[in-house]
Amino acid sequence: MARKVKMRIWRGDSKNGDFKDVTVEANEGEVVLDVIHRVQATQMSDLAVRWNCKAGKCGSCSMEINGKPRLACMTRMNMYGEDENITVTPLRAFPVIKDLVTDVSFNYKKAMEVPAFEGPEDLKPGEYRMQQVDVERSQEFRKCIECFLCQDTCHVIRDHEENKKSFAGPRFFIRIAELDMHPLDRLRNRKKKAQEEHGLGMCNITKCCTEVCPEHIKITDNAIIPMKERVVDVKYDPVRWLGSKIRKREGIE
Amino acid sequence: MAKATTGIKASDIKFDRYRFDVVVIGAGGAGLRAAVEARQAGLRVAIICKSLFGKAHTVMAEGGAAAAMGNVNENDGWKVHFRDTMRGGKFLNNWRMAELHAKESPDRIWELETWGALFDRTKDGRISQRNFGGHEYPRLAHVGDRTGLELIRTMQQRIVAMQQKDKKEFGDAEKYIKVFAELTITSILKDGDKVSGCYGYWRESGDEVLFESPAVVLATGGIGKSFKITSNSWEGTGDGHALALKAGSALVDMEFVQFHPTGMVWPPSVRGILVTESVRGDGGVLTNNKGERFMFNYIPEVFKDKYADNEAEADRWYKDQNNNRRPPELLPRDEVARAINAEVKAGRGSEHSGVYLDVSKRLPADEIKRRLPSMWHQFKELADVDITEQPMEVGPTCHYVMGGVKVDPDTAAAYGVPGLFAAGEVAGGMHGSNRLGGNSLSDLLVFGRRAGAGAAEYVKGLKGKSPEVSDKEIEKAHDHINDPFDRDGNENPYALQQELQNITQDLVGIIRTESELKESLEKIESIRERSKKVRVEGGKLFNPGFHLAIDLENMLLVSESIARSALEREESRGGHTRDDYPKMDPEWRQYNHLTTWSGKKVEIEAEKAKMLPEELLSLFEMDELKKYFTEKELAKGGK
Repeated sequence: MARKVKMRIWRGDSKNGDFKDVTVEANEGEVVLDVIHRVQATQMSDLAVRWNCKAGKCGSCSMEINGKPRLACMTRMNMYGEDENITVTPLRAFPVIKDLVTDVSFNYKKAMEVPAFEGPEDLKPGEYRMQQVDVERSQEFRKCIECFLCQDTCHVIRDHEENKKSFAGPRFFIRIAELDMHPLDRLRNRKKKAQEEHGLGMCNITKCCTEVCPEHIKITDNAIIPMKERVVDVKYDPVRWLGSKIRKREGIE
Repeated sequence: MAKATTGIKASDIKFDRYRFDVVVIGAGGAGLRAAVEARQAGLRVAIICKSLFGKAHTVMAEGGAAAAMGNVNENDGWKVHFRDTMRGGKFLNNWRMAELHAKESPDRIWELETWGALFDRTKDGRISQRNFGGHEYPRLAHVGDRTGLELIRTMQQRIVAMQQKDKKEFGDAEKYIKVFAELTITSILKDGDKVSGCYGYWRESGDEVLFESPAVVLATGGIGKSFKITSNSWEGTGDGHALALKAGSALVDMEFVQFHPTGMVWPPSVRGILVTESVRGDGGVLTNNKGERFMFNYIPEVFKDKYADNEAEADRWYKDQNNNRRPPELLPRDEVARAINAEVKAGRGSEHSGVYLDVSKRLPADEIKRRLPSMWHQFKELADVDITEQPMEVGPTCHYVMGGVKVDPDTAAAYGVPGLFAAGEVAGGMHGSNRLGGNSLSDLLVFGRRAGAGAAEYVKGLKGKSPEVSDKEIEKAHDHINDPFDRDGNENPYALQQELQNITQDLVGIIRTESELKESLEKIESIRERSKKVRVEGGKLFNPGFHLAIDLENMLLVSESIARSALEREESRGGHTRDDYPKMDPEWRQYNHLTTWSGKKVEIEAEKAKMLPEELLSLFEMDELKKYFTEKELAKGGK
């Protein structure tokens, strides 16, 4: 049951670019990435697009479809009307390399700024004991497939290049939250540092990131808001402050 | 634009030049684990990713990593795991690899916890372990059904942690480990018989890159993209297999290709996407269009004493594993894939030529969503199927290649080329004729680490006398990359790839015969001829048509290797089923197939397999060994 669909594809590089209109076949059950691949195989052999797993697990085919940040492999064609013109563009928050491919190195730089997991020194491999209920909070954030759609949609950086320097973005707030909530992580003050060094305070919880997350991670409710609240809590609660002092230590030697 | 960029002198070629102690090609589980090990040995390491960092195919592994930690059933141990692995591979496995793997897997999993991995837990707080096909006890460490993601993210973050430490200590995060994302290696360079480096291009710009390095670790993964229906991503083009062949090494047992029994079959655009074996491990049953649980009809003779032959016992097993035999849905993958294939052929298939897989009657909806979240998500979003209420439609999909680079089990050194190493799916031998689910993730860790250590030891042994890269090697590698731009012709790389995928799928697939294999070889040859006329449109800037033109050559080499090996092996075993030789033959168990490349032709040679030593042979009952070995071999005992 093939039908013809109209697509507007942004084509260009870091300097110039324009929309190209194509008419292409779409079959039952197909996703936007299938149709882009058909365009590539039959009409534009050098059309640049990133993809890997085609099953929503690797987070490579992030792009904007009719202006919304989405994974092209998980966006069904039947979401759009028969005569609708489907517009595909590269992620807006990152510099274009070519066509639908952007330079996402910003995210890898930010990853480098989050201190790694620091496990207990007195436990050998195989001696870790944790309860399922205690690891589940961090496990939610470890579902992240690093598609960077949350980074792309976040208005703090989407149209404000100048904020990128001091703002790590939602993906790295959940990374910090994940480590902070890890039952055996020893590093202290992750929340405080999120606020002071990674720009947590710049987030004003509009939940755009949660809306676009293909893994349905509750970024704002489960990571950002609890961290914001606890930054305040810890400052004013002497018992919790002392507790955190005993269990955790500051910085890595 | 100027024409003819090929045939120029090295001094006129523009390329980036780097020098490392070890270059690891591939950034999946095996590559990253190798890099960690080499760095820990004090060496400077380059990690080459064909995609972005953290996107390698390991990310798609779902079910778990097999390691006999004995957390759920304390009877488990390395000997039990070793036995299961050998049985799964029908005793063609390189026994030393299977032994090392079974012994070292638990340490490799525990180590991941110290790097921040968060596996699902048992009630007493240890790492939970789940049931899987061919494993006697619950053995797979897992995180829901996204274990591969946890594995790759943990190691990616381990690399970052090491870089952070280097930054603190030396002021330079990349002093010891540098990650090269979106770069394809096209040639291994040699000085005499030794590796001197490798050469490739940035996918983004098309600019060329030279790595001078005495050691190269291949960790490039699989070959699935040579087949039409596959669970593999675009990256699975057999690059490492082809690089090793062209560098003068050899591949072992390439005829063994694993068709995972359960891939999605509908809608067509998702055909082949993996449906994790955990669905069956957690109680999913397979039925045909008559509603029959058909797997009871497909228990092979060698497994009759281990698998339940009736539904009542199979169902009891989920509650009491010590007093019941396992359900036949949990037979090794080759058996289940063949059974599904046979049901569909006999007209008992589902609406879209698969069979039904149903877990909704075994587990409550919440439990399904908790244990199999990605599956729930995948079927809901891509197929409009709610697996908590409806059965899935599934069928075989090309998933894994057991064959690969012939390596030394202890050091992962590739056969015949000093300085070349291989680990993970690109290496052969470990899984014999069929891999058990869950043994891949642990394989990556065990042999990734060994490859890193092997490479480090080799480099240190050179005592600073590194092989050198000659101009001639650079010129050759440069020409190879630029050739597709200079050709006359109008073949389309996408069309050729599709034709090749159809040939392998139809003629070198699950069920093979001599006439079809011969036909496939003729057709592959004609595609090879036409591939010389592929002309790339556009420039070098992130040009997928160009990338594919380069990868196509690798796919052709791999496809031919599989077809030729398959033609030679006149028996059926594991991931190689011959309609004209349907029986497993103990005579054939004594031989591995070595594949080499003469520069013009793929050649196959039968090599005598090494017999298990007495202490490993004695782990099995004589009655079982008789099913696999010749009387003559057993009379001699383990040697």
